[in-house]
Amino acid sequence: MTESPAAALSAAEEAIRVENVRRSFRSGKRTVEALAGITARAARSRITGLVGPDGAGKTTLMRLIAGLLLADSGRIEVLGVDVAREPLAVQARLGYMPQRFGLYEDLTVRENLDLYADLQNLAPGGRAARYAELMRMTGLEPFLSRLAGRLSGGMKQKLGLACTLVNPPALLLLDEPTVGVDPVSRRELWQIIEHLVRDAQTTVLFSTAYLDEAERCDHVLLIHEGRLLGSGPPQDFMAEMSGRSFFASAPIGRRALQEILAGTAGVIDTVIQGGRVRVVTTASPDPQAIAARIAGLALTPVPPRFEDSFVARLRTPGASGEALPAPGATGTVTAGASGAEGSRDAVISVQHVTRRFGVFTAVDEVSFEVARGEVFGLLGANGAGKSTTFRMLCGLLPPSAGTLRVAGFDLRTAAATARRRIGYMAQRFSLYGDLTVLQNLTFFASVYGLSGPAQARRIEWARTEFAFAPLLAAKANDLPLGFKQRLALACALMHEPEILFLDEPTSGVDPLARREFWRRIGTLATEGVTVLVTTHFMEEAEYCDRLLIMAEGRVLTEGTPDAIKAAARRAEVPDPTLEDAFIAAIGARGAAAA
Amino acid sequence: MWRRVLALIRKELLAVLADPRSRAVLIGPPLVQLIVFGYAASFDLNHAPIAIYNQDRSLASRDLVARFALSPTFTVKRVLSSGRRIDALIDSGEVRAVVVIDPRFTRDLYRHVPAPIQVIVDGRNSNTGLLIEGYAGDILTDFSRTWSAAHGGDPPPAVLDVRALYNQTLDSHWFIIPGIVALLTQVVTLLVVGLSVAREREIGTFDQLLVTPLRQIDILLGKGLPGLIIGMGEATVIIAATVFWFHVPLRGSLAALYLALLLFVLAVTGIGLAISALSATQQQALLGAFLFMVPSIILSGFATPIANMPPWVQELTLVNPMRYILVVVRAVFLEGADLSSLVPQLWPMALIGLVTLAVAGWLFRKRVV
Repeated sequence: MTESPAAALSAAEEAIRVENVRRSFRSGKRTVEALAGITARAARSRITGLVGPDGAGKTTLMRLIAGLLLADSGRIEVLGVDVAREPLAVQARLGYMPQRFGLYEDLTVRENLDLYADLQNLAPGGRAARYAELMRMTGLEPFLSRLAGRLSGGMKQKLGLACTLVNPPALLLLDEPTVGVDPVSRRELWQIIEHLVRDAQTTVLFSTAYLDEAERCDHVLLIHEGRLLGSGPPQDFMAEMSGRSFFASAPIGRRALQEILAGTAGVIDTVIQGGRVRVVTTASPDPQAIAARIAGLALTPVPPRFEDSFVARLRTPGASGEALPAPGATGTVTAGASGAEGSRDAVISVQHVTRRFGVFTAVDEVSFEVARGEVFGLLGANGAGKSTTFRMLCGLLPPSAGTLRVAGFDLRTAAATARRRIGYMAQRFSLYGDLTVLQNLTFFASVYGLSGPAQARRIEWARTEFAFAPLLAAKANDLPLGFKQRLALACALMHEPEILFLDEPTSGVDPLARREFWRRIGTLATEGVTVLVTTHFMEEAEYCDRLLIMAEGRVLTEGTPDAIKAAARRAEVPDPTLEDAFIAAIGARGAAAA
Repeated sequence: MWRRVLALIRKELLAVLADPRSRAVLIGPPLVQLIVFGYAASFDLNHAPIAIYNQDRSLASRDLVARFALSPTFTVKRVLSSGRRIDALIDSGEVRAVVVIDPRFTRDLYRHVPAPIQVIVDGRNSNTGLLIEGYAGDILTDFSRTWSAAHGGDPPPAVLDVRALYNQTLDSHWFIIPGIVALLTQVVTLLVVGLSVAREREIGTFDQLLVTPLRQIDILLGKGLPGLIIGMGEATVIIAATVFWFHVPLRGSLAALYLALLLFVLAVTGIGLAISALSATQQQALLGAFLFMVPSIILSGFATPIANMPPWVQELTLVNPMRYILVVVRAVFLEGADLSSLVPQLWPMALIGLVTLAVAGWLFRKRVV
């Protein structure tokens, strides 16, 4: 692919033209270059994906296109109008749905629609027909009189979209509409958007940090750290990678296999996918040479994914990938680390646990066990009860009935003792932003009762293990996202916990940081740390040894990722992805209930 | 256990002091308020503009006018030659009062019959109106006495001889500024404590704290003690400013004052923690803090004496910690009170502190688990 994107577009076909745009921000004492010279085009009546990890500059570019920010230099034309000069003319023709759409949670669905219709000067006469159309499109019809605050995450996003569409725009800007939305609702949102492009000829600019969504766009603008890494139809990105992706399996553990493969020449990417390891090779692969390194290694070619091309671009020499320290087996765990993937003593045990909030039962008679050294995933749609279960396991919420045992302690009677064995990493990396890296580390070490030489030893460990040395005096708020995530993990590991709780730990971070993170988790698990992950990000679920899918407060299915995928195998989907399997499992339940 | 609580306290102080904005909020506004209140808030009347309509034009009436003109309380802005404009002058607020001297003033003085002087006062601000009335009465009494002494009339049968104890010149700054010590200490403590938990809830670190081995009591202490430290620090700065900048005498025992402040800050910390436990966001915590703050100041005796309130409101003030600390600061500053005389104020604050902290602990448990 060339760096002169879509040069073939004529002016009439062009909806957005971005010419060498730069924009920087001041953050504390640093200047952050959010966009470092971007040139791009978006075609009319197409879905253009603005794809890149968090912090790539997606939102800045969206806001520049919407005329809400001014560029430091460069020029942006939207629908033939210079945005900097006539922002109002552009804004009249576009619909913009920011990341946190301004729904009024104390108003009903209908009142929210009325409000946005008033704001957009939609004549009262035309409303009934438009509402009916929007409600049919989003499936929100039965909820018209429900308070917006009572809708699930997916439904809120759909309502936000409906409000943006009250007055049909020529250009629709969607800033990460699928963040925090479960796979079922994510698919529905995509269907709505595809309909919109087909039926109303709307031009859509869709930003996302989920690289798999790029495959659904007509055209992709791949950005990373404020620069355009590539532009073109997603098939082009994938064609570039054809013949370079394989599933590897061998009669050794998948984590061991990944470690060996990652160190093999010619391999640029290794990702655990269920029981196998997905391998991406350099441009001229030599499968024989790779296979020769491991006895009994079988390599099966698989179709490339969009993410492969992103990783390939970052990992090729000269690209801007950071040098990541390889996670070392530095004796992270001392507490009973027998390090056997096979030993079956249950470290987490949940027996007939129920949790009610008033008359609403969030978790209903849930039972499961997690063995030592296992990476266990808790999945579910929004509102399935997985967060409630997770909070009960962390001791943040007492159960209404049933018993929860963590590391052998009943959470009802010995919560504080049990918590000493737990490390917890919250979604969005809750750190003290005004404190420095060192202060954060020291604080969490002290809170877990480490002092003197023991504390110094762990801080030294974090410093070398996570390459914090040059950053110790930096405020946590000023760190790049990948480092924030590393710091959050380091804080959670200061006291060498037996059990690690992770809440959507790698949502939105770039694929390299995500790989590094999960390799580290894999190492910990090999050393005997039990890991419990809650997520609705299927990529993360693939790293788990075992999964539990919840729906409406109950256990829907439980098993290894491969077993769950196998159960969803149908004639029309011969090789289902985990997302397919998840949607099938939830769909089957819906059908059974009906 | 203490090591963990200490870590939490250290972190809390670092977080408050490392953020330039919250640091500015702690130091700037209280000092500005102290200066502004210290200079602006006063019950004393100075240079009140008045007009004089002297219909008598004699030596005696000129002497009386001079007494008004030379008094620091009044400034004669207008000398009127007719009574037509009196209403307009008061209505526009140009003058606060008009002194009208009757044409028969001197004649009546010499005949030893009551000589009428009329003072027309702007009653819109009743407080100022009363003060003007009082000062005008003083000037007239003084004039009458001098006149009687010089012209052989009967001296007034009974004379008021006032001597103010504690504040000899009745300078109202001496009354108000010690009150500000209590007021600002309460504001700062309440905000620091009230916002601390809510802020952590907003950014998600509170869950992180709750999954550590810290127990409720540890978190309560770790969140409460920094408020206590900051509140006491704030009080120290304001006490220093009161003594060295505004020269209000500090006559009593400093130790007693600090003990009382400690109990007061403890009670306020309990209230702050309870507000914090009930609010999910910083905005709610801020609203909660103000919801408590305004009535607590009005019902404290800071500006209006509690004794003037209706009996049922007076009962209500008994649960207001500020009511007690105001008595203490004024007693220590002006009366030179010592510890033993303050006991009636100290134990209610200790009791309030005990109850509010217990309630905060209970609310914490209820909200967090």
